[in-house]
Amino acid sequence: MILCRVVGNAIATVKHPDFERFAVMVCQPVDPAGRPIGLSFLSVDSVQAGVGDLVLCAREGNTARQILVGGRESPHHSVILAVVDEVRFGDSVLAGPGT
Amino acid sequence: MQLAKVIGTVVADRKDPSLEGIRLLVIQPHDHEGRPDGPPVIATDPLQAGPGDTVEWVTGREAAMGLPRTFAPVDVCVVAIVDHAWGDTRRYA
Repeated sequence: MILCRVVGNAIATVKHPDFERFAVMVCQPVDPAGRPIGLSFLSVDSVQAGVGDLVLCAREGNTARQILVGGRESPHHSVILAVVDEVRFGDSVLAGPGT
Repeated sequence: MQLAKVIGTVVADRKDPSLEGIRLLVIQPHDHEGRPDGPPVIATDPLQAGPGDTVEWVTGREAAMGLPRTFAPVDVCVVAIVDHAWGDTRRYA
C-alpha cells in the first residue's frame, strides 16, 4: 500500500465497460512528512476520495478486482482503498485534507 | 494505471491467434504534468485510440483482462481514452 495525496482526476468518455461507474484520480505518492516522492499515477476510487485528500493506494490487480468488482476478471490495476485521517511519524503528525 | 500519450502504431502480420484484430500502439507513459516516465512501450488497444490521444493504461495480468479474449499473451493494455486529466502537486501535495 502506498501513501498518496489525491492531486487531480482524469475524465474519460471512451473506456472499458468495467470503468463506467468509477472515478479515476491522479495520485501523488508522498512520504510520511507529506513531501511528494516520484511521479504521479492513476487510481480508481472506491471510498469517495476528493482532491486534496491523503489516501492509501494499492497498486496490485487482485486487490483492485476484489474491492471494485468482487474478484471477477477486470482490467483494474490500482485502487484507492482508504482516506487517511492522520499519520504519526516520529514527532510529526501529518493530517488529511488541507495540510 | 497511468497516463500515456499515443505516439505511434505497430503493425504485426504474424502473431499469436489471440491478438487477431487487436490494434497495437506505441505509448509514452507520463505523469499528470506531462513528465515522461520511462521509455515508450507497446500497448494493445481495444478502444480505437490514435496518435496524439492521451490514454489510461494498465500493466500486468490485468492488461489481458481488458481484451475480448482475457487469456492472451499481453502485458500492457489501453483501458480509456482521456478527455481531460489535471493535477496540482504544488497545491495539494
